[in-house]
Amino acid sequence: MKQSSNNSTLDKVNQSLARRYRAEKRFKAYGIAAILFGITCLIVLFTDIIGKGHSAFFQTYVYLEVTMDSEQLYINDPSDPQQIAAADYQGVIKAALRERFPEASSRRDRRALYALVSNGAGFKLRGQLEADPTLLNQTIGLWMLVDDDVDTYYKSRGEDGESGFDGRLNEKQIGWVESFIADGYMESRFNTTFFTSGDSREPEQAGILGAMAGSLFTLLVTILLSFPIGVAAAVYLEEYAPRNRFTEFIEININNLAAVPSIIFGLLGLSIFIGFFEMHRSIPLVGGLVLTLMTLPTIIISSRAAMKAVPPSIRDAAYGLGASKMQVVIHHVIPLAMPGMLTGAIIGIAQALGETAPLLMIGMVAFVVDIPGGVTDPATALPVQIFLWSDSPERAFVERTSAAIMVLLAVLISMNTLAVWLRKRLERRW
Amino acid sequence: MDTSMLLVVGLLMIAVAYFAGRTRSISLASGVGGVKNLNSLPFYYGALTALWCGIPSFILLAIWLIFDDFFIAQIIVQTLPDHVKDMSDAELGLLMDTVANVAQNSTMGLSTEPHILQAAERLSALQQTNQMAMTVAFLSAGIILMLAAWLKIHTSMRARVHVELAFKWVLLGCACIAIFTTIGIVLSVLFESLKFFQAVPFTDFVFGMEWSPQMAIRSDQVGGSGAFGAIPLFAGTMLISMIAMLIAVPAGLMAAIYLAEYAHPKVRNIIKPVLEVLAGVPTVVYGFFAALTVAPFLRDSGAIIGLDVSSESALAAGLVMGVMIIPFVSSLSDDVITAVPQSLRDGSFGLGATQSETIKKVVIPAALPGIVGGVLLAVSRAIGETMIVVMAAGLAAHLTANPLESVTTVTVQIVKLLVGDQEFNSPKTLSAFALGLMLFTVTLILNFIALQVVKKYREQYE
Repeated sequence: MKQSSNNSTLDKVNQSLARRYRAEKRFKAYGIAAILFGITCLIVLFTDIIGKGHSAFFQTYVYLEVTMDSEQLYINDPSDPQQIAAADYQGVIKAALRERFPEASSRRDRRALYALVSNGAGFKLRGQLEADPTLLNQTIGLWMLVDDDVDTYYKSRGEDGESGFDGRLNEKQIGWVESFIADGYMESRFNTTFFTSGDSREPEQAGILGAMAGSLFTLLVTILLSFPIGVAAAVYLEEYAPRNRFTEFIEININNLAAVPSIIFGLLGLSIFIGFFEMHRSIPLVGGLVLTLMTLPTIIISSRAAMKAVPPSIRDAAYGLGASKMQVVIHHVIPLAMPGMLTGAIIGIAQALGETAPLLMIGMVAFVVDIPGGVTDPATALPVQIFLWSDSPERAFVERTSAAIMVLLAVLISMNTLAVWLRKRLERRW
Repeated sequence: MDTSMLLVVGLLMIAVAYFAGRTRSISLASGVGGVKNLNSLPFYYGALTALWCGIPSFILLAIWLIFDDFFIAQIIVQTLPDHVKDMSDAELGLLMDTVANVAQNSTMGLSTEPHILQAAERLSALQQTNQMAMTVAFLSAGIILMLAAWLKIHTSMRARVHVELAFKWVLLGCACIAIFTTIGIVLSVLFESLKFFQAVPFTDFVFGMEWSPQMAIRSDQVGGSGAFGAIPLFAGTMLISMIAMLIAVPAGLMAAIYLAEYAHPKVRNIIKPVLEVLAGVPTVVYGFFAALTVAPFLRDSGAIIGLDVSSESALAAGLVMGVMIIPFVSSLSDDVITAVPQSLRDGSFGLGATQSETIKKVVIPAALPGIVGGVLLAVSRAIGETMIVVMAAGLAAHLTANPLESVTTVTVQIVKLLVGDQEFNSPKTLSAFALGLMLFTVTLILNFIALQVVKKYREQYE
């Protein structure tokens, strides 16, 4: 009786074993699938962005021989800087284009012809003339920015000259562009404009320097405020705070703030800093203040963890030698916890750098052409610039948006790498 | 002196105070036989003098800067002609702006009305006087207090105790910023929301089925009265968050289980940071990806199989948001799964269970509270997520449960209502704050529950 029941249990187990192992394998496969899914998403995201954006690091230029005709430029006194500054450079470029393609005689054709060269090309000419006034009435050859439509066409046409994305270009314009290409008068160069100029309505003249400067000033305010305040708050909670209701209330507040949506901080900035304190809109100072409030919980939480890791024996030894509480904290605990606190701060700041929504609320979405020179100049930030460009209908802005994203991601990844390196390098295990 | 200059001078003053106090303590000490006979180290005497010099004068400066514009405006308004004073607050504000503009770039020819020009002149004069008075008050407060502290220094003064106490209070002040931030958030959204609820009843807002926040410019305009029913927004937010959670919870949880229970430590050390890169990508990048890659892809593949997918479909925003939240769910679940004691697993293995059976029947039930807490935090994250939905979801408020259609969310509407030109105190602008209040309340409740659950769970196994 006993024997048979034992047998039957064993049989049952053996019978079900294959099924159970299959379930085991399936379960493990789900786990691998989940991880592969995550990694695939990451790869798709990065290849998509890089695939769209890499071409924005190059810009097409066209070679034109321009005659600096003083009559055409309306300059009668080359020594007068005001005349040189206000001269009609676009006019001589148009003249040069007319000379190259005399067949464009109708008004419409001419307008189409003029549209090939960027309307910012005149600035380059002005720069040349300002640097060397003797160029007046001479003919000089110059590489000039082309319009964004031509740029897109040139980049997409490939070697054979087929299947270029013609977008808004008409037949004749394509013919002219092909003629430039056939003569070797059109080439692609590294796009320095992208890194040296501010925003612009014209994609070929738009750059990220203004947004980078805005982000820099915003982050400067954030770092200067959030790191000292965050560390001080962490010191209080970790070293001084008595265990009572009030301390608990502070802790609950910090933990909740860490999970409050960032747009709410934008609303706070809008009604407190701009509405109540009457600060100006669109300035990095307000942006920095809002991001400070947003990153403080992150910094406080990581600083507390770093201080918790400092063994109590160190504090006891310092007390034993007669140090006061403040001396223990400033001379021993903070220096020993510094690597951990810095790591947390860098991660918090990196988060702040990528943040967009609160900056939208406080008006850092304005169209700002000038490069900001301080924390009280109107500015925009890099992620907001990405948001603004992604709304633009021009195709050339898509690649520039992707390129700006690549720059942003590169900065973020290097910040996070720095944080990891710092932790590995300086962390002490007790 | 302008304000930034004043700050620099103030810092210099503090430095001077520190050295003066320190030097005085050392010179006093030499009279009683060296520094060892001082009550505290010379550093503390310097610090105390600097504190006395700096803290009160900087507080004075801050208060002055907050209130001076208000008082100057009051004085200007008092001296305006009577017919101007009778204007409404909004008009008066506009007038004051004009006065300020005229005062700033004196002859821009904006307005030639004599009372405005006079007011502008008076304004510049007052501002100059104010700046001067502020400089004098700030510097004299600093210097007088520095001298007083400097004179009070003597060898038995307990400088260390005072400085340490001040240090502690400064630290406490920094810790309290978290409380002030919360209060600031509550006040800022609550006041504007109350104003909004005076114009639009609370019940209409919470239970209304139609959202079209226009206000009439003229009273006889067609469709002039706005509708502020937030149900379509709540439904849209729920729909997109649900899609996101359907992606993020299974993927994040399974990834965490695999990494915690199956993966070799070496593999784990590589995969975990790679997955966390997903969490570090800014949301604006996900928004760009959703709007320019995922949404067109879904629309085109929908067209192939004959489905009509909107180019701003809830599905695209939800999918991308889900991907963004995967690492969030996985790292929170990973923490709680690794916190389950090994003895529970060993017991289960001892009874002959396979690894997956152990995980399903023992580890997950034991970790469930923590996982639920993590999922709640992820939900609150999805509800509050802004950039992805602003860029990839629609603007029109449709009440639908079809993920292929375009819906709008609470955060999209807040951004739409508050970005760009806006008139203050119109229900349209104020409704954004009411939506903000809803968002804050819901996320606060979710976070609070989640944090309590996770805390309870941690205590259970500690």
